[in-house]
Amino acid sequence: MKDRLSAFYWLNETQFAQASSEQITSQRRSAIEKFEIEGFPSVKDEEWKYTSLKKLITPDYLFPSPFVPLDQEEQIDFNDIKQFLVNDIDCYQVVFINGRYSSWLSETTHTNYDICTLGSAWKKYPEVVESYFNKLTKDDGPLVQLNTGLAWEGLYINVPKNIIVDKPIQVLYISTGDTPVFNQTRSLIILSEGSSAEIIERHHSLTNHETWTNAVDELHVGSNAKIHWVKLQHDSSNASLTQHSKIHQEKDSTAIVHTISTGGKLIRNNLDFSLTGKGAEARMFGLSLGSDRQLVDHHTRVDHIAPNCSSHEAYKGIYDESSRGVFNGKIYVHIDAQKTQAYQQNNNLILSEKATIDTKPQLEIFADDVKCTHGCTIGQLDEDALFYLRARGIRNKEAKALLMLAFANDAIADIQHPSLRVKLSQLIGRKLGVDMSNAL
Amino acid sequence: MLEIVNLHASIDNKVILNGINLKINLGEVHAIMGPNGSGKSTLSNVIAGHDGYDIISGDILFDGDSVLDFPPEKRAHLGLFLSFQYPVEIPGITVSNFIRTALNEIRKAKGEESLGASPMLKLMREKMKVLEMDKGFLSRSLNEGFSGGEKKRNEIFQMAMLEPKMAILDETDSGLDIDALRVVANGVNALRSDRNAFIVITHYQRLLDYIIPDFVHVLFNGKIVKSGGKELAIELEKRGYDWIKKEQK
Repeated sequence: MKDRLSAFYWLNETQFAQASSEQITSQRRSAIEKFEIEGFPSVKDEEWKYTSLKKLITPDYLFPSPFVPLDQEEQIDFNDIKQFLVNDIDCYQVVFINGRYSSWLSETTHTNYDICTLGSAWKKYPEVVESYFNKLTKDDGPLVQLNTGLAWEGLYINVPKNIIVDKPIQVLYISTGDTPVFNQTRSLIILSEGSSAEIIERHHSLTNHETWTNAVDELHVGSNAKIHWVKLQHDSSNASLTQHSKIHQEKDSTAIVHTISTGGKLIRNNLDFSLTGKGAEARMFGLSLGSDRQLVDHHTRVDHIAPNCSSHEAYKGIYDESSRGVFNGKIYVHIDAQKTQAYQQNNNLILSEKATIDTKPQLEIFADDVKCTHGCTIGQLDEDALFYLRARGIRNKEAKALLMLAFANDAIADIQHPSLRVKLSQLIGRKLGVDMSNAL
Repeated sequence: MLEIVNLHASIDNKVILNGINLKINLGEVHAIMGPNGSGKSTLSNVIAGHDGYDIISGDILFDGDSVLDFPPEKRAHLGLFLSFQYPVEIPGITVSNFIRTALNEIRKAKGEESLGASPMLKLMREKMKVLEMDKGFLSRSLNEGFSGGEKKRNEIFQMAMLEPKMAILDETDSGLDIDALRVVANGVNALRSDRNAFIVITHYQRLLDYIIPDFVHVLFNGKIVKSGGKELAIELEKRGYDWIKKEQK
């Protein structure tokens, strides 16, 4: 698979090069070369100790070419994707099908800010792309390098100073077709000083074949800017996602990321924040509901570089049947990052004997005046609480679901948007097999 | 309505209930008193359907039918209610959401329409008034950080909302100061009618000054060893339980 991917790059290099500057091309090339040397990560790599990609790299994937238009098989219309969107809100909408932009399903804008696709930005905004592309990802592992080499389509947002994006941005990445498919998606998000935006992101597969999306995101959050990003990972059972999201924050900026992982086969999230300006705040929340043989792996990292920054992390996992969870939360407090406040919690419920969770907090603190707290728990549903609910007439299944939702509550409390909360409670309810539409 | 017939139950192979016989009719209030470890809480848990106990022999009949094989929720649907001695704290579920879910589940089981948000809220407000509860109560997490008194008041509030046929109050008076006790007792008395019945489990006679029982039973070593009218409670208050223990030897 590695060789096929590398051949795919060299075969298409001229076309990649034609569309962007030499500087970008040389970055692509060096990224692909890194990938060629390192190959896919294996479980010998500490970062991938609990998550094997062995099975993921076996299928004979199609690599959709960004330079070939969508074929008949890939043409879909709004009815095919309606259910994956939060429909009753006014929003911008950016839809990709097998790594290509679908203009007829999207609603973009260039009026007060740019909300469009990276595929058009290479040519349209070469200076911006050059200043920001691959700035946060150079030193990352082989999956990120592979993505950098093949990066073409994904969400592109550029909001100028002091502008508030007036409605949420929904982005949907669809995988489809009659063969297994491996997609690279890449987003570049730039929020200038004092601006703000809200993103609701979803990856979804429409096919029964194996799909794998390898996503990389770079977010630049300027001083006093604010981003709220909700990732709904509720894909079908043959779909896998590896996603590296890198967030660079300046002074007094805020970044809130919710990762709700309820579906899919293998999910690996790397979510990295670097707090480079005083007073920056990172808030991240995760809710993972595993069943069947699902794997949900969260690797998070916060680099406290500047003083007076805070990070708040609350991840909840509920694992049933033979599902597996991984949580690795790294917090680095650099030497100058005095008055850092870092909070990390990872709480898990294990509902079956076959389910497992590996959880590992990792704090490295080099400054001396900081406040860091962390904790992780692994437990089961509280039998006394269950009896209490059932004694009030709530049936066993509903009572369990209610307790799980209560357990998960911290992880979703910060999502304010009513329609999104309804969507979320539907997703969770569907997962738990109960009607939860009124529960949130 | 509720009939307990020669009930024997154990936990971890230790026999706790040793042949309980009790018959309760609509409109009656029965007090069950007894020293620590006599089996009072086991009895209420077993009636409510807690699966941690083994029923060795005997039966529990509700309106003539055995409920031993019924899960707790089904017993609740029939109209059984247990006010817990130690209500569980459940962060993340609000009081209102909890009660709304419970009430609608019971209505559903009875084949009734579920109650919409605004009539539900109206009903809650009415009941809260009787129990002198603050409106803010509804949006708090279930029992989380509640004082002892608030927890018990919340139990009675749930009872008032669910309107059970047979309510068991398991040491509802423990942890209550005199004012809270009065409020809780008023709440119970307001619900008393000839369409329901109560079992009041308590250590002390104090609660029975407010909730006046028709019958008083003394539970000792998993058996009802003495039954009488309300004057039995007064006698127990005066003399303690020792004379009963002695009588048993």
